[in-house]
Amino acid sequence: MTTSPDIEPGRLSAEDYDRNFADVHPPLDRKSALIDASRCYFCHDAPCIEACPTGIDIPSFIRKISTDNVRGAAIDILKENIMGGACARVCPTEVLCEQACVRTAQENKPVRIGLLQRYATDHLMADGGHPFERAPASGKRIAVVGGGPAGLACAHRLSMLGHEATVFETRPKAGGLNEFGIAAYKVPDNFAQREVDFILELGGIELRLGQTLGLNLNLPDLRREYDAVFLGIGQAGVRKLGLAGEELQGVHNAVDFIEGLRQAQDLSRLSVGRRIVVIGGGNTAIDIAVQTKRLGAEDVTLVYRRGPEAMSATGHEQEFAQVNGVRIRHWAQPAGLIGEDGRIAAVEFEYTELDSAGRLSGTGERFRLEADMVFKAIGQAFIASPVQSGTADLLEIADGRIAVDEEGRTSLPDVWAGGDCVAGEDLTVQAVQDGKVAAHAIDRFLRD
Amino acid sequence: MADLSCEIAGVKSPNPFWLASAPPTDKEYNVVRAFKAGWGGVVWKTLGEDPPIVNTTSRYGAMGFNGARMAGFNNIELITDRPLEVNLREIKQVKRDWPDRAMVVSLMVPCEEENWRSILARVEETDADAVELNFGCPHGMSERGMGAAVGQVPEYIEMVTRWCKSHTRMPVFVKLTPNVTNILAPARAAKAGGADAVSLINTINSIMSIDLDQMAPTPTVNGKGSHGGYCGPAVKPIAMHMVGEIARDPDCAGLPISAIGGISTWRDAAEFITLNAGSVQVCTAAMHRGFKIVDDMIDGLSNWMDDKGYKGLDDFRGAAVPNVTDWQYLDINYELIAKIDQDLCIKCGLCHIACEDTSHQAIAKLRADGERRYEVIDKECVGCNLCMHVCPVDDCITMVEVDNGKPYMNWTEDPRNPMNRQAAE
Repeated sequence: MTTSPDIEPGRLSAEDYDRNFADVHPPLDRKSALIDASRCYFCHDAPCIEACPTGIDIPSFIRKISTDNVRGAAIDILKENIMGGACARVCPTEVLCEQACVRTAQENKPVRIGLLQRYATDHLMADGGHPFERAPASGKRIAVVGGGPAGLACAHRLSMLGHEATVFETRPKAGGLNEFGIAAYKVPDNFAQREVDFILELGGIELRLGQTLGLNLNLPDLRREYDAVFLGIGQAGVRKLGLAGEELQGVHNAVDFIEGLRQAQDLSRLSVGRRIVVIGGGNTAIDIAVQTKRLGAEDVTLVYRRGPEAMSATGHEQEFAQVNGVRIRHWAQPAGLIGEDGRIAAVEFEYTELDSAGRLSGTGERFRLEADMVFKAIGQAFIASPVQSGTADLLEIADGRIAVDEEGRTSLPDVWAGGDCVAGEDLTVQAVQDGKVAAHAIDRFLRD
Repeated sequence: MADLSCEIAGVKSPNPFWLASAPPTDKEYNVVRAFKAGWGGVVWKTLGEDPPIVNTTSRYGAMGFNGARMAGFNNIELITDRPLEVNLREIKQVKRDWPDRAMVVSLMVPCEEENWRSILARVEETDADAVELNFGCPHGMSERGMGAAVGQVPEYIEMVTRWCKSHTRMPVFVKLTPNVTNILAPARAAKAGGADAVSLINTINSIMSIDLDQMAPTPTVNGKGSHGGYCGPAVKPIAMHMVGEIARDPDCAGLPISAIGGISTWRDAAEFITLNAGSVQVCTAAMHRGFKIVDDMIDGLSNWMDDKGYKGLDDFRGAAVPNVTDWQYLDINYELIAKIDQDLCIKCGLCHIACEDTSHQAIAKLRADGERRYEVIDKECVGCNLCMHVCPVDDCITMVEVDNGKPYMNWTEDPRNPMNRQAAE
């Protein structure tokens, strides 16, 4: 079975790269938007609103689209979710608002709320200007650690409420996973940075890049220098397979590769294997599988240890991967990484099943998949040490993430947290809600 | 297969579907296409005296609703803009080529007996089946003392109708304008003048919309607009009312009706026929989708009649007329309440909010095990139907008759009617 690795850049023509990484769901034009908007029943106590983590008044914004009051529609969205543009692109609407849409119950064909949201927010952003104003200055300053969706949403709302926010971001750009983690074809045309710029246009938000908690920043100093602190630091760790050979060439963390892809100036210079194996069942697994396929990999297999219903990637995402030519294999777990001359050559899997007690176990039977590249996408993990360094006042951790109450307040009275570093759905829309809720709680705290 | 053949005021056609006097019937080319498509007859676009009128450009306005185009439509066109001689020659040729189809010629000339006598003589030479006096055109021509300017004065209607009856052997249809307070006055005048039938409704005075950039009505002619004639599906209820009023008026008894107004489908046609229409005239639906729509009108009506066991149009013509009555004769004791089929309910909440905000607070908004649930509060429900109409799911909300044991009683019999107090004995 000896084969030499086949990892190369430039597998495709320039047109293929452009096509493969262009907008995966092109925007609605006015006519299509009006047709979709006309399908909304303007429900009372609408189930879609309840299904939206940020509580956008969806029937209201859709009605405004139907009357060509598109700016009004966009403001309805943005006042609840300042990243309504990103969420319109990346939200798994099929398990949120669109699943709850009464049209789903009626005819299994929801109003396309996500695309309508994009229609409205794109319209407002294209018009330019910022739709919100700041309340009179409070004189209070808040440190926001992390320039991802949670941090930016928190900073924006704090600024609207009259406070000054300073956002500390490790990376050279703000935007978090929208900039570094989401599949490229979901947010093309530099959307994440355009949205960051849009948010900062409000004013009152200072962005400091290259600032890392635990490195050149620490919590005790921030607490001393600022009136309150919000932590939106995400999950810096990546789970390991726990197998020998993870250091072999060709074995990657999916998130690292995607970050490189998102920041690549020229996709044709990005090397990709001919045979790819992806291990995991979440959105990151889908994103790496589809993106490597779209980079020109010939044979991409995603292997997940349980059945399709247990995957955290939605059914819609799974189908998307399959339509893109990704083979999904269920009920198999990695049992060994087989190297050759320091490079990955194959992955050995063991079939799995549920035992009588419902526990997952290997059957003992095995198979091998040859691979030039293997991507690990079995989850990320919160790393607590940076928030705990240099202080006697330890932040309480629960189930591996920062413990918070319903409003995001941590065990420290002047520190809030939200987004992926706290428990809950790891979604942009949830991060935005966490940031917004915390901002209001901080506002009340500072005004008491 | 039901027999759709139609006869009204002596005019025969293979089916009741005629094209109304309008742009689709302005010339031989269009009318021949219509007859090839299967239309039973036409009312040729209104002829006038030479020189022909001149039209503006920008002539039609439309109102869409919720994505549907041309729910309402209007025009500021006038009568035919072609020479009389050309129209008469084409009418004669088409009638010769299509002898089984109804050929009715619409006319409008100044309100002098000689003008009418003269044009009637020329129309007779075409062998057309009948004439239709255009007393309805609401714009332009009315400013010149014709069209609706005649149709709004019952005495003029009677006078001109009488002239026409005395100067032609052809049946005379009188086309009525709806731009009056009571349609019975012009209808009775037409009958008194000897009309063989009435056609209604003509179009309704209307401004379709204001262009908020030009600050002018649409259709806009170089920055200005005038009112035009409103038609299309949205006017059907108004037309049905007027047709129904004439159908049940004892003074108009026996007066045939050619019904017009928003007829787009066989079902619309069937409804008008139950209100005693002899033929039905169509315009907007054909202008929207072309002449082919008559195909469904013909076999849709035929299939429905087969299902119902109707052999011909007379089997159900006027069948609904006895049930059109005045409010005071409705049964005050009749009782309905709304019933929600919980299995069909999709939890949109529209029934609740409509009733709560705008009616009788008779639909409760509940949560059962976290699930939305809407329930009718029977004792508050007045049976108004609003919830049934707003519900987007067919048959989810139905109105169910309550057997309250009370006999029929109308308002004239109701002791609560203050006008109904009987004198003390």
